[in-house]
Amino acid sequence: MFAPGERVRVKDQWPEQHGPVHIRTPYYVRGVEGEVVRHLGDFANPEDLAFARPAAKLPLYHVRFRKDRIWPEKQPDDELLIEIFGHWLEKP
Amino acid sequence: MDKEAKRAMHDLGGASKFMCEPVDIEPHGLTEFDREVDALRGVLGAKGVMTVDELRRAIESIPEADYLRLSYYRKWIRSITANLLTRGVITEAELRAELEKA
Amino acid sequence: MDLLETDGERLLTAVRALLERKGVVSAAEIAERRAATDNASPGQGAKMVAKAWLEPDFKALMLADGTKAAEALDIPMRGMPPLGVLEQTPEVHNLVVCTLCSCYPRAVLGYPPFWYKSAAYRARAIRDPRELLASEWKTVVPDSVKLRVVDSTADYRWMVLPMRPTGTEGWDAARLASIVREGDMIGVTVPSA
Repeated sequence: MFAPGERVRVKDQWPEQHGPVHIRTPYYVRGVEGEVVRHLGDFANPEDLAFARPAAKLPLYHVRFRKDRIWPEKQPDDELLIEIFGHWLEKP
Repeated sequence: MDKEAKRAMHDLGGASKFMCEPVDIEPHGLTEFDREVDALRGVLGAKGVMTVDELRRAIESIPEADYLRLSYYRKWIRSITANLLTRGVITEAELRAELEKA
Repeated sequence: MDLLETDGERLLTAVRALLERKGVVSAAEIAERRAATDNASPGQGAKMVAKAWLEPDFKALMLADGTKAAEALDIPMRGMPPLGVLEQTPEVHNLVVCTLCSCYPRAVLGYPPFWYKSAAYRARAIRDPRELLASEWKTVVPDSVKLRVVDSTADYRWMVLPMRPTGTEGWDAARLASIVREGDMIGVTVPSA
């Protein structure tokens, strides 16, 4: 579990390169460091639901990223706020 | 951005090929077809026949050229049909037979 | 020929006939579902916004639990994804997008706009939002205001609570609701009196 304010990094993993998957972690944020804003609740893993497999309920977080860690060319202070499942996050 | 080379076809955030494309902000109305497909999807979801996740996954496996060309709800009906076939709710034979009637 | 490449209208007709014959869905259920979805519209969201502008307690509820706030206005939310609400402030301007598909608070606002589902919006909103807002909607977010792009990637559906514009002092709920447009609740525009 991650706490509000905690720094996290999105795993730099690319499961779509290894077979059919359904991933809800956008490519642009993989490997990027951000900050947990809050725990949104626990929800069934869409990666399994998409294949009609039994799906465990996993924690979902709202995570904030500075824009300049992703697209630094303009407005570095702007930010992105993205829902990311806990199994995609690790300590930086 | 190197990561862009690894993105799945539908994972469009910041995709360079679309950064200069204008957004058509006209309020295009929905057709009968659109509303019926939308409602069908909703009922199938509510009755536990097919989840929205399965809908999305099958849409994501549409070949890129078709994904970009087909209208929103044409992608939906294609996905719904694929899922119904995969789940065995309908068979290919049944579908072919039904299509031949029209 | 790949069955799935059949024309969409023909597929719909055939699939519906099969499903109805098998008792999987009925025409009545589809009609009912369609009526419920047609009932939702930006007007519902506008009512929520107007009430939030007039009642601080409702605004607090809306920000803390959007689903409960919608239900308080008799918007049916049972079985619907949870609603999250983000407020525009003098410091932060929120913009909602679903880069992966088209997730949208349909239960409150109804069908998403055509442009929201487009590849161009999904690509541009997350990467160059200020340019997008200015060029397509003539909405300029000042440099002193942080722009936060909210990508709807999972179970929540997000709507924006716009700031109440000046010049609306003394207005009642109906009049306030009348100036709140669909785009204001996504973040591509801001309301004015």
